[in-house]
Amino acid sequence: MTDVIVAPSKEREAGLAGIGSHRKRKEDPRLIQGKGQFLDDLKLPGTVFGDFVRSPHAHAKIKAIRADKAKAVPGIIAVLTAEDLKPLNLHWMPTLAGDRQAVLAHEKVHFQNQEVAFVVGEDRYAVADAIQLVEVDYEALPVVIDPKKAMAPNAPTLRDDLTGKDNAGQGPRRHPNHIFNWSVGDKAATDKAFAGAAVTVKEDIAYQRVFPCPLETCGCVASMDPVRGELTLYGTFQAPHVVRTVVSLIAGLPEHKIHVIAQDIGGGFGGKVGAYPGYICSAVASIVIGRPVKWVESRMDNLSTTAFARDYHMTGELAADKDGKIRALRVYVLADHGAFNAHAQPTKWPAGLFSIVTGSYDIGAAHVAVDGVFTNKAPGGVAYRCSFRVTEASYLIERMVDVLALKLGMDPADLRRKNLIQPEQFPYKSALGWEYDSGVYPAALEKALKAVDYKGLRQEQAEKRKRGELMGIGLAFFTEIVGAGPTRNCDILGIGMFDSCEIRVHPTGSIIARLGTKSTGQGHETTYAQIIASELGIPSDDIMIEEGNTDTAPYGLGTYGSRSTPVAGAACAQAARTIREKAKKIAAHMMEVSETDLEWDVDRFQIKGVPQKTVTMKQIAMAAYSNVPAGMQHGLEATNYYDPPNFTYPFGAYICVVDVDRFTGETKVRRFYALDDCGTRINPMIIEGQVHGGLTEAFAIAMGQEIVYDETGNVLGASLMDYFVPTSVETPVWETDFTVTPSPHHPIGAKGVGESPNVGGVSAFSNAVIDAFAHHGVTHMPMPHTPWRVSEVCHRLGIDK
Amino acid sequence: MIPGNFDYHRPGSVDEAAALLGRLGEDAKVLAGGHSLLPMMKLRLAEPKSLIDLGAIAELRVIREKDGVLQIGAMATEAALIASDLIRRHCPLIAEAAALIADPQVRNRGTIGGDIAHGDPGNDHPAIMLALGASFVLRGGKGERVVAAGDFYRALFETAMKADELLVEIRVPALRPGTGASYQKLKRKVGDFAIAGAAAVIGIKDGRCGHAAIALTNVGPTAVNAEAAAALLVGKAIDEALIGEAAKLAMSACAPTADLRGPVEYKTRMAGEMTRRAIREALKRAKGG
Ligand SMILES: Cc1cc2nc3c(=O)[nH]c(=O)nc-3n(C[C@H](O)[C@H](O)[C@H](O)COP(=O)(O)OP(=O)(O)OC[C@H]3O[C@@H](n4cnc5c(N)ncnc54)[C@H](O)[C@@H]3O)c2cc1C
Repeated sequence: MTDVIVAPSKEREAGLAGIGSHRKRKEDPRLIQGKGQFLDDLKLPGTVFGDFVRSPHAHAKIKAIRADKAKAVPGIIAVLTAEDLKPLNLHWMPTLAGDRQAVLAHEKVHFQNQEVAFVVGEDRYAVADAIQLVEVDYEALPVVIDPKKAMAPNAPTLRDDLTGKDNAGQGPRRHPNHIFNWSVGDKAATDKAFAGAAVTVKEDIAYQRVFPCPLETCGCVASMDPVRGELTLYGTFQAPHVVRTVVSLIAGLPEHKIHVIAQDIGGGFGGKVGAYPGYICSAVASIVIGRPVKWVESRMDNLSTTAFARDYHMTGELAADKDGKIRALRVYVLADHGAFNAHAQPTKWPAGLFSIVTGSYDIGAAHVAVDGVFTNKAPGGVAYRCSFRVTEASYLIERMVDVLALKLGMDPADLRRKNLIQPEQFPYKSALGWEYDSGVYPAALEKALKAVDYKGLRQEQAEKRKRGELMGIGLAFFTEIVGAGPTRNCDILGIGMFDSCEIRVHPTGSIIARLGTKSTGQGHETTYAQIIASELGIPSDDIMIEEGNTDTAPYGLGTYGSRSTPVAGAACAQAARTIREKAKKIAAHMMEVSETDLEWDVDRFQIKGVPQKTVTMKQIAMAAYSNVPAGMQHGLEATNYYDPPNFTYPFGAYICVVDVDRFTGETKVRRFYALDDCGTRINPMIIEGQVHGGLTEAFAIAMGQEIVYDETGNVLGASLMDYFVPTSVETPVWETDFTVTPSPHHPIGAKGVGESPNVGGVSAFSNAVIDAFAHHGVTHMPMPHTPWRVSEVCHRLGIDK
Repeated sequence: MIPGNFDYHRPGSVDEAAALLGRLGEDAKVLAGGHSLLPMMKLRLAEPKSLIDLGAIAELRVIREKDGVLQIGAMATEAALIASDLIRRHCPLIAEAAALIADPQVRNRGTIGGDIAHGDPGNDHPAIMLALGASFVLRGGKGERVVAAGDFYRALFETAMKADELLVEIRVPALRPGTGASYQKLKRKVGDFAIAGAAAVIGIKDGRCGHAAIALTNVGPTAVNAEAAAALLVGKAIDEALIGEAAKLAMSACAPTADLRGPVEYKTRMAGEMTRRAIREALKRAKGG
């Protein structure tokens, strides 16, 4: 116990760089100096390389595979085909959605670039030469690319392996190419509301197939130690623990003999959640060869075969009163899942959290039905920077509100005003069954409108329209649902979607904390340290965060769906609080007072009313290893597995202003304002960075990204020459803003933000482009809004002369 | 993304390079900046047995002016064109167009010779060369010959160059006073090839068009020389109506293929729009604006 003059609380608090601090990211010194350790940086002695022979066909029978010439290339060690994996029962692997996926094509290929054989050699060059020499005889079959044709009576059957199975993992099927039908909501009430409605609108709204395109492609190094019988799998895994469990289940290796390690990862955005054939083939090859096997995707492999996002073909309908009050929403979705049902969603939700589709609006009745179908395209269906299908849902409702506004002749801002859920309605129960935790929507909308001088913009637009110029103003008021999730709702392969944190305080008062999540660039090492700093009064600089090693970190479900802060961040705070409880007992013992006489003050306990009588957390840490009360165990650590009581519901108001060149169809984003409410703000600078990145991706999706197939199933433009990744030249300037409505059920009130900008951004861009044509009666234009698509509209309207 | 095996040669002089090319013939490819050739090799769309790298031949990088003609070494990089005072003075259009090609990395290595010799209709220099009335000096086993840009392009990736010939120099007449030139390129993003591009060179005398040339990028199997469009302007005072007519003629000379940049009809329209913009700007410059 010290008896000294203590610095004021405010000063000590600032010194912690805890919650609310703009502190710089702890990971950046290594990342910006090129000292990160990414998968391809890993060079284990004796490593060999593997790569795939891929199918040129989208749908074909495999008649024969001849690998003799390939095996004769100097340096080639093995060529694996499905026939080689079959005895191990590894030619197929289970997907996260209850279906199965070919590891190496067995008897048939189902999409272009599908993995057909795995060639392993001493170096990449020999492997590339040998791949060319593997001869495969194909017999081409008719292909299905358009999901609308998948369930036609005469459509070719794509998945012969499912013949006779009326269930592909997610409920009954009614056609060989059908995967599931899922519906939610009160159909009768919805139909009734539509029947009696003064105004109804209906629009087909497609969300194209896109791909997250992280800087680092997928890859792994599998290293089997034949003596110990242990497999170490290094890789680009957003969910390393799940990968270990899956590998154990399908490879039949005991889980404790598998070590999964995810090092630095260069972006994931959902694409690194699932398991890919490359992981399985590398593991098998390493087991067979007894040497480490490295597999790293090329950019083209990554773009054309790694799990895609969206490909949702939606029809939205709104019913409303004459004054704009929305009464009901009806949505039908045709979901294109590609060749295998391999989407990454919580098990019980075949359309993810799409039922958040009523958005930020108080809508009395709603009904959603979704059909999933197979096509001859790469499998996937990941959340590209959005919580499970939320961006699709948000896009649908935000577009539909604009469509309704046009029909009513109402300003889109007024229509939103009229229908927003009011603050006093929280916790708000939505027609489709969600309980929104907190929100003050009207204030956020008004703040946004004021910030951009919305009225002034509309005036300017009216003047421009008189001169024949095209200017568009796009609004989006989105509600996210993140932090999957409550284990009663959410599991993956039966494992509840909790997350975890283990904190250990060392005798000198520094800390190591390990978590079940895995950063792919979000700054976890900084954010989690800030939470612990505030909870325990130890500077965030003295706290090391570790993730990604399944041997040392507690089990967790990984990072996606903006779940890290809502779930693992809560585990962090809870574990810290357990430690603080123990620390209090030690403090009482040190000061020889009762626990009830103590109160917490930033970084220490003090005797109530005697501010100079204190012990600091640092002192307590030492005491925990040297001077604990009788009967207490030594040490100062805690582990918490956090099962969130509910999702969190971040929201925001985005406004986008564009100018369209009617002669070329080019769209220039003049202004983009983003107001985000993610509850308690842990590191405002990181939040801003997340918003910048998310908006840039939203911009890319709305304005250019699309994985395109031709009718015969060729995937077009799977290179960065065509696939739109904006540079700093194209990227607009982002104006960020915020309101703070803490989550009432989260230990520190935080909600998660990483994906909000994608969810809200895409709608705002799209609404802005389409709004530029509103005075011509245009209700919808398909994304992405590339110059040629926009120009087609100008041409059709005859305004390009 | 790994090329097949090949031999690598790095001659020190044009003579040596020409001799090598004569000896290795069809199986060899000349390597300049590599920014068109190497991507094709990595995709194994091109699998030459030998590469003859011109990178060590200093004389091929020289840019000079002689008797009103710019003589540009085939190995001059885009970055060198942009930085050249001579080019800026005598034919700024070349530097302006070079600045619209790809990105700084590509421009630091990519060469004007490679851009011209590759025969890709998406490349920007071919249309510029057509509009400027350039000619190309080719060096083969039998010595040198000079081919006009207008006679150089035969078909997609096919030029008048024989397998044993090297492009050594590009000759461009300096722009005369009273002449303006402009290149307008529409692209999806910075660094992209053109959706459509148009180069216009216009000479004005006594308020009328004395000379005109218009050429288009990426709207046909080769760069398109829009001769009819240019001819329409000659002898007339150019106004918006005439520009519109010329653009229509330019469009009728287009035969683009559809790709992810857009369908045929869109690309054709954009060629028209770029033509309009290029004529307007060239005219403004010709008039000293
Ligand atoms: C990302 C990217 C974007 C690009 N965007 C554009 C663009 O917008 N506009 C544009 O114009 N170009 C673009 N390019 C192409 C680039 O400008 C190339 O550099 C150029 O087309 C070829 O020049 P090079 O010096 O690189 O030639 P190389 O790639 O080395 O050679 C190209 C071909 O020409 C032959 N060749 C080269 N030099 C000679 C010679 N002296 N004599 C005979 N044959 C020769 C080679 O054998 C080869 O067949 C782009 C390239 C990339 C990678």
